[in-house]
Parts: sequence; C-alpha cells; structure tokens
Amino acid sequence: MFKKEMIAMLLAGGQGSRLGVLTSKVAKPAVAFGGKYRIIDFPLSNCINSGVDTVGVLTQYRPLRLNTHIGIGIPWDLDRNIGGVSVLPPYEKSANSEWYTGTANAIYQNLEYMESFHPDYVLILSGDHIYKMDYEVMLDFHKSKGAEVTIAVMPVPMEEASRFGIMIADDNKRINDFEEKPAHPRSNLASMGIYIFNWETLKNALLENKEQANLDFGKHVIPYCKEKGSPLYAYEFNGYWKDVGTLNSYWEANMELIDIVPEFNLYEEYWKIFTNSEIQPPQYFAPDSVVERCIIGEGSEVYGQVYNSVLGCNVTIGPGAIVRDSIIMNETTVGAGSEIYKGIVAENVKIGSGVKLGVGDETENDTAPGIYNHGLVTVGEKSIIPDNVSVGKNTVVYGVTTPEDFENAYLPSGRTLIKTDD
Amino acid sequence: MRAIGIILAGGNNHRMGQLSQKRAVCAMPIAGSYRSIDFTLSNMSNSHIQKVAVFTQFNAGSLNTHLNSSKWWDFGRKQGGLYVMTPAMTNDNSSWYRGTADSLYQNLSFLKSSHEPYVVIASGDCVYKMDFNKILEYHIEKKADITVVCRDMPENADLSRYGTVSMNEDSRIIDLEEKPLKPKTNTISCGIYVIRRRMLIEMVEKCAEEDRYDFVRDILIRYKDVKRIYGYKITDYWENIASIEDFFRTNMDFLKPEVRSYFFKEYPNIYSKVDDLPPAKYNPGARIRNSLISSGCIVNGVVEDSVVFKASYIGNNCVIRNCIILNDVYIGDNTTIENCIVESHSTIRGGSYYQSDDGIRIVVERNERYVL
Repeated sequence: MFKKEMIAMLLAGGQGSRLGVLTSKVAKPAVAFGGKYRIIDFPLSNCINSGVDTVGVLTQYRPLRLNTHIGIGIPWDLDRNIGGVSVLPPYEKSANSEWYTGTANAIYQNLEYMESFHPDYVLILSGDHIYKMDYEVMLDFHKSKGAEVTIAVMPVPMEEASRFGIMIADDNKRINDFEEKPAHPRSNLASMGIYIFNWETLKNALLENKEQANLDFGKHVIPYCKEKGSPLYAYEFNGYWKDVGTLNSYWEANMELIDIVPEFNLYEEYWKIFTNSEIQPPQYFAPDSVVERCIIGEGSEVYGQVYNSVLGCNVTIGPGAIVRDSIIMNETTVGAGSEIYKGIVAENVKIGSGVKLGVGDETENDTAPGIYNHGLVTVGEKSIIPDNVSVGKNTVVYGVTTPEDFENAYLPSGRTLIKTDD
Repeated sequence: MRAIGIILAGGNNHRMGQLSQKRAVCAMPIAGSYRSIDFTLSNMSNSHIQKVAVFTQFNAGSLNTHLNSSKWWDFGRKQGGLYVMTPAMTNDNSSWYRGTADSLYQNLSFLKSSHEPYVVIASGDCVYKMDFNKILEYHIEKKADITVVCRDMPENADLSRYGTVSMNEDSRIIDLEEKPLKPKTNTISCGIYVIRRRMLIEMVEKCAEEDRYDFVRDILIRYKDVKRIYGYKITDYWENIASIEDFFRTNMDFLKPEVRSYFFKEYPNIYSKVDDLPPAKYNPGARIRNSLISSGCIVNGVVEDSVVFKASYIGNNCVIRNCIILNDVYIGDNTTIENCIVESHSTIRGGSYYQSDDGIRIVVERNERYVL
C-alpha cells in the first residue's frame, strides 16, 4: 500500500465563458498567459513547489489542448512512479453516467482515484488563477488549528467585496458565517476557491450530498460542513492573486507583468513557474525594430515596433507594424504595416498587412457587452484577417474572414464578426 | 533505425582559449538557447537512432550536467537510450582515452552488446542538420566498408585543422590527409562516419593490439587502400565550432533569416535541455537591432548585431555591439562592450569598457554580484 499525505484535485473543466472567443476552442486553464505560459501552469507549479506530487486534473470542456499540454507531467516533474499528474475526464459507468455537473460533483465522481492514495488531506484547486502560493504552509495552518476544512481567503477592498464569496471569521480565524456576493458585506475576506479538507470530512460530505443536483463546493459542500459543526478556518493569503476570469482582468494581469519591478515577478529564482515549452530558439530583432516595455516568448521575430505588450512564442511582427498595449499569443503573424492597439490576439492568427485593430470611438458591443468591453479588440484563434481592413474597439473577430466581411474595409466599434462552423 | 550512435565528445582544444577552461567544446553554447552537442543529439534522435553513447573525457562535468536527463532529446527510453561514457579504471585498463579509437576500444562491450548492424559515429562540436538514414542507405548502396561525410570548403579556407579527402568519380576515397599544411583538395571530412558494427569491433581490436589509438590516422588512413571507403558529400549548412573565430562566426550566422529558418522553423526540430526561464523582458531604454535575445534576459540598454544567451541582465545605458554574451551574464549600467565574447556567469561592473580592434576578445569577469 502506498500513501500520500495530501493530494491535490485541480478543477479544470470549466469553459470560462467570460473570456469570450478565447475559450471557444480551449478550456480556460489552457489559455496562454504571460508570453509562454498557460493559466494552469500556475497551480501546477505551485503544487510541485509545495511538495504536492499527486495531482488529479479534472477536465471536461474542450480538453484536447489541456491534455497535450499536461502530457505525463514532465515539465512540472509530475511524472512519478506513484502519483504524479492524472487527467480525469468524466467517464461512463454501468448505471447513472453523467457529465461533471458541478465542482463538487466532479470530485465526487473521482472518489475512487483519491481513495487509492489513502490521503489524510485533499487540496481542492481551480485552474484559473494567477498566483504563487505554498500549499504546505496552508496545510501547516490547517493542522495547527485542528481544522476539518480550511478555506484560503484574501483581503479585498471593502467596496469590491460584494463581487466575491465573503467569509466572516473570528480573531482565531475560525469561520462563523459566509455570504455569496453580499450586497452589504460584513467582512472583506474573499474566498479564493482553494480548500484543504480532511479526507474523511470531504468523503462524508460528498457521499451525503451525492443526490444534490449540480453539487458545488461554495453552495452545498461548505454549508453542509458548517451545519454539521466541522471546524472551518480561514487561511489569509496576502501575496499576488489574480482571477483572470474576464477579458479585462486577463488583459490587466498580463500588462502587470511588464512593469519594471512587477508585483508578480516571474524572474525570481525561487518558486519557478514551469511550462511545457515546445519552442526553444531565441528571439530575433531586426535592424529597424523597436521594442519597449515588453515581455516576449521564445522564437519570436520582431521587424516592426512593439510597445507595452506581451508576445507569446513564435510570433512574427512584420516590418513597419506597430503593436501597443496588446497581448499576442503563440504562432501569430502580424503583417507589414499593421497596427494593433489594445488587442488580445489568440494563437495561430494571421493578420494581413495594413490592418488596423482598435481604432475609432468606443461603442458598446452589440452582442455581449458584458464580455467585450474596456475598448479591447479580441481575435479568436486560427482567425485570418485580410489586408487593409480596420476594426474598431469593443469588437470581436473570429474565424477566416475575407474582405467581403468588412463593409468599406471597416468593422465599426462594438461589432461582432464571428465566422465559424460551430 | 539499424544503427547505434556514438558521439565523440572527449577532446580538449587549445584553439578555444579561455572558453574551454571549464567546459568541453561539445558543451559550447550555440545560437542563444542551445549547446553544440544538441545538434548531433537531435539529428540522431530525429533519425530514429534509439541507442546513443557519448564518449567524454575533458571537462566532462559541463557535458554531464547538460546531459543529466535524456528526455529532452527523446532518449528517455526503456529500449536504448542515452549513455554517457567517461573513462573508467578496470582491471585491464587504467588510462584515459588515448585517442578516438582507444575510446571505442575501452567501450567495446557497449559495441558488442548492441545488436544493430551499423554504427553512426559523429563528433559533438558541429552545427548541422542531418538525416543519418540517407547516409546509411548510401552506405549500403555503395557496398562501402566505411562512409565518410564530407563537404567542399571555399577555395582559400584554412583547412589545417581538418582532415581532407580525395575522391574518384565513384566517390570512393583514394586519399586522406590529417590536418594538412598544404591540402591537395578542398574537400574535408565532417567527422561523421557510418560503418558496420562487427567491422568496427574488429578494426578497433586490431588497433589496440598494435598500440594505435586514433580513428582517423590508424583506421581511416591506414586502411584506405584495403577497405572500401566512400565519401558522402553534403551541401547543406555545416560548421565546426572548435576555434574561437568559427565559434563566433557560427553564432553570428544565426542572425541570417535563412539560417534561422533552416534550423528553427523547418522540420525536424533541434532540441535542448529545458531551462524553465521566464520570457525575455525589455524595459524602457532597451533598443535591439539585428540581434538574438534568449529567454530569461532582462534588457535595459542597446544591443546591436549580437547574440545574447539565456538569463543575462543588461543594465541601463549599456551598448553591446557585435558581441556574444553567454549565459547568465550581469552587465552593470553604462557599460560598453564591442567585438567581444563574454564568458558565462561573468559579472561586469557598471561603467566598464571592453573593446577589441582586431579579432575577438574574450571577457571573463568574476566580480561580486549583488543582484538577485
């Protein structure tokens, strides 16, 4: 028999629909971040850096890119004889087969996986946050408090507290109450969606509630544990933590990396972030190129000008092109003389020459103003944009577009141009 | 693949000056993100050679560190894999590798215990891409005993550190010269050979009996009239980096788009050990012209016509021109460096000035570094 003190279960099955076309073909944890990473690299690296070497990754929505990225876990040293990383998709059972219907339901369906490691503690993580955290310290806290459930919390400004799940804790950090998105918050400790459970507590809670539809940690499991009188504690985390759930917060988090001394520093020797790098060559800058306040991934070639931007791997910026305040992901090509302002351009996009993205006045988006806002231009993966067209702000372009799609070679601000089969 | 691979990575070389002070020539950094041996290793991996041995001796530590895991070149296999062979004391032998043939002899059990019919022997100090299957096919088609990969050099090139070959119309090698002062031809041997495994064992055993230790002198040249030795001419990019000038020039070649495209964009890829460095960062004041910058670098100054390797820091108001900056170099503010190779892990104080009017200067600075 083998035994692991603590194993991690990483929830990576959600679509993340507020990232719009960025997640139309990939799950949110597989979205590129910070030049060469993908969002899931952060929790996975935290796991191995914290000494957690057994991680179950629960996938459901569009798992292909995630599966390819994780592989057998080599980049994170999670290829182990016992434990390591396991990708856990929903599976067919002899009766009662179903998809993962909620966060806790997904964990419930993998009780067998967890059981096989005989854990004392189970760490529940979500695959959509950018942070560096030592889960071992959190486990020490959990043990020292004699908690059955520990919830990582983060102090947020009081005026923003109503956007989060808020924990109300006493001086000893014991949680007395919690509220989901309260109109009048009684505390500013926001739940980060990171939990440590005692194995028995988790197992009982899941078995007791297995009939509950859309079984969810925040809505069902945590309230159940509290009702039963399990000691719940709040572990306060004060480092950098960013939810990149919306296009604007995703854009902001990327931009914060290019500050001279960024709050979230990738250049520290300690606590490295690991990723699956398929591309290794250096970056090339042509004689006429300009590059200022940028981070750039491997193998990219810059012939034009790039300011204040995050470029992924193998990106080509053509001669005379100007890229400003933008995120350009892996393998994308920007043609000669094109200009991009405040754009989020996904992977494998071909932008023709003389294209202008993010010009004109700001108008609310016509289809999804809640997603495409803050003046951003979003281009979905594998899109093609023809030469000499202009695109306004709060717009989205996705698919293989032709000059006919652009009336007078112009897509006005606030418009949506999506041309895909599905 | 019906061959095993052997990479000869043992030798020292006075032509590398201070650069081989602490590392093997095969561990020399190339093109920003690679080391010299990566090219031969990747070629073998991409040619589906499953079992590869690296013979190393001089400053072996540098190479052993680089090869600490075989998985980056896809050699982490149950069948075959990567074997690093340094000289070992045995009951029969207490010497270092006294030459290339001797290194083969000392590892005879490796050759004998393999079952593949052929052996591909290559050196680890060359930058090239090659499908060894094609050479093996040629070898079989010519019914050759040994096939030597060769290449024509420019008319006035200095060939005194290469071996030159003369071939007849059928590409059979009729003459070989080692490091000729006055070469008869401008065709050189690239140091890549295909030979049948059993014949190699025989020849190496014979050499050992006669106290001969060198593969070129005591096998190729000695047997040239007895065995069928053929030349396989290549015209693709191939450079040996075993002198400071060639090392500098080969690195600078990667500033050319066609060279980058050949090595980096065209299939198959060249692999190297993964370092998990963050993307390169360019702060205000950075101005990069015609240069390669690798991951993990932070640039605050001007870089022109240079190759900057991994995890280097270039301070404010620096000017780096026509230089090669090796891994993990810290360059303090207001420094100017021209026509130099800066050795890895150097720390250069702010306000320094290094320059060379003729030739390439090697800068090694071991100052205290106070930055994280």
